[in-house]
Amino acid sequence: MAGMAPEPGVDGGGKAGLGYRRLIGPLLVPTWVMIGIFLVLPVLLMAVYSFLTKEFRGGVVWDFTLAAYDQFFLNRGLFGDEPPVIEWTYITIFWRSIWQAAVATLICLAVGFPTAWFIATRPPKSRAIWLFLITVPYWVNLLIRTVSLKFLIRDNGPLNESLMAIGLISDPLPLVNTNLAVQLGLFYSYLPFMVLPIYAAVERYNFALSEAAADLYASRWVTLREIVLPVVKPGIIAGCILVFVPSLGAFLAPDLLGGAKTFMIGSLIDEQFRGSQGNWPFGAAAAMILMTLVLIVLMIYARAQTKAEAR
Amino acid sequence: MKGVRHYPGFLAMAVACLAILYVPLIVVMVYSFNDSTSITTWGGFSWRWYADVFTGPEAPRFKAAAWNSITIAVLAASAATTIAVAASLVMIRGGRFRGKSATFALINLPLMVPEIVTAVATLIFFSAIGLVTGYVTILIAHIVFCIPFAYLPIAARLQGIEDSFEQAARDLYATQWQAFRLVLLPLMLPGVVSGFLLAFIISLDDFIITNFVKGAGMETLPTAIFGSVKQGIKPNIMAISTMMLAVSILFVTLSYFVNRIGQRTRS
Repeated sequence: MAGMAPEPGVDGGGKAGLGYRRLIGPLLVPTWVMIGIFLVLPVLLMAVYSFLTKEFRGGVVWDFTLAAYDQFFLNRGLFGDEPPVIEWTYITIFWRSIWQAAVATLICLAVGFPTAWFIATRPPKSRAIWLFLITVPYWVNLLIRTVSLKFLIRDNGPLNESLMAIGLISDPLPLVNTNLAVQLGLFYSYLPFMVLPIYAAVERYNFALSEAAADLYASRWVTLREIVLPVVKPGIIAGCILVFVPSLGAFLAPDLLGGAKTFMIGSLIDEQFRGSQGNWPFGAAAAMILMTLVLIVLMIYARAQTKAEAR
Repeated sequence: MKGVRHYPGFLAMAVACLAILYVPLIVVMVYSFNDSTSITTWGGFSWRWYADVFTGPEAPRFKAAAWNSITIAVLAASAATTIAVAASLVMIRGGRFRGKSATFALINLPLMVPEIVTAVATLIFFSAIGLVTGYVTILIAHIVFCIPFAYLPIAARLQGIEDSFEQAARDLYATQWQAFRLVLLPLMLPGVVSGFLLAFIISLDDFIITNFVKGAGMETLPTAIFGSVKQGIKPNIMAISTMMLAVSILFVTLSYFVNRIGQRTRS
């Protein structure tokens, strides 16, 4: 989710003469085939698999059943003969993921907004350098970044050692395997996604508005709250979506930085496809539920966008 | 009064932001040169862990993984770039046509579907059609998610090129292929190169999808590193990480400058 490709051009006039209209089919076939066969079809197949029966060695039997979803939401006792009650295990994992992703998004916003504002108000030359510096970590391997963070914050890692050396703490802070570590990891993974869209919005912001507010004796912070935030809101929302959505299904940060108490959706799904203890239909169902959540978030976003454009 | 652009504390926040992004990477870089076997104490500067990566007990495993990673990244990025160039020609130069919005959505789809969902779906698909997971399945999966990353800079570049250059070529009796190869492609080149570089990095970077579709015994660098890290962060992992870091930074910097040159030639 690094942003959207530019909208297709609306002007078609005069370009037909270059002959690319004739080639629409042949030139698009590779795209259709690759993404159609190897992404759309698999996602549809995954939906089907979520209604199949699990086989014990990992894999499926082609018998249609609601067992996977039943197992996700309902508890029918050890032998499956008790009256169903709501099964909280998986709902809790999903809820925790939503919570962790939301906290990470908020931390990103708290750090990302001032940063984006600061960059957008620099002169063009230093603006380019700042932007470059913010983007580079995004292209560095996520696994390596997560491992680096773990190395830094582990019990006898450099962070704790230096804090103890300057006498700020006497015992190492137990950061690894906590919710905070996972939130930090998600924040660290997706921070550039927050900064870039907000930067783009602030860059287009008309500072005359702020000047008008200042002339009318509004303080800096009142101006920020009443004028700036409403105007750059689309950028903020885009940034929040770009951080929240990948955080929700993240695997590396919770897996490497968290422990059993911080188990998130990504690890739950991953577990269902590991070895013979896996449960493919259940994993497919969990992935379907995750994708539905993401689609809901994206649809709310898209509706807000069209509303904002209509205004 | 420093004007309405200034907010106290925002500079500090921006600096903190950079610090958060870079400190962990710098720390690992520094510790990869640590002579000590223990990762907690500093034992002086040394290249020993770099030597260990190439000649140590785990060297064959890392070499095989690096070979897989690099060849897959080159092949996937080449394929994705070719597909993206073809698609961008029609999307930008083809005017309006039926299915354009659908195609646009399709190109962006790999960015919208959560990675873990793509991973699960792809694994299920390969197992259903009976394709044995391994090098080929990784390659196919990588081509798919590299397409939007290659498409972004290529389409952006193409959009900025006026079609008068090709019109002129066609007026001078160039065939469509000649006009493309001799006029448009050279103009597009900065976009194509930076699309390729980004796709390459994205392929090299991928862990989740690769981990699902790699099958037993196949490793790429990220999956090999992940396997090692599960047993604790060892100094040789920090050396590999530093090398991969250097490669990523090199590629992004290259892509950035190629783009800059592109912008200069355009105006």
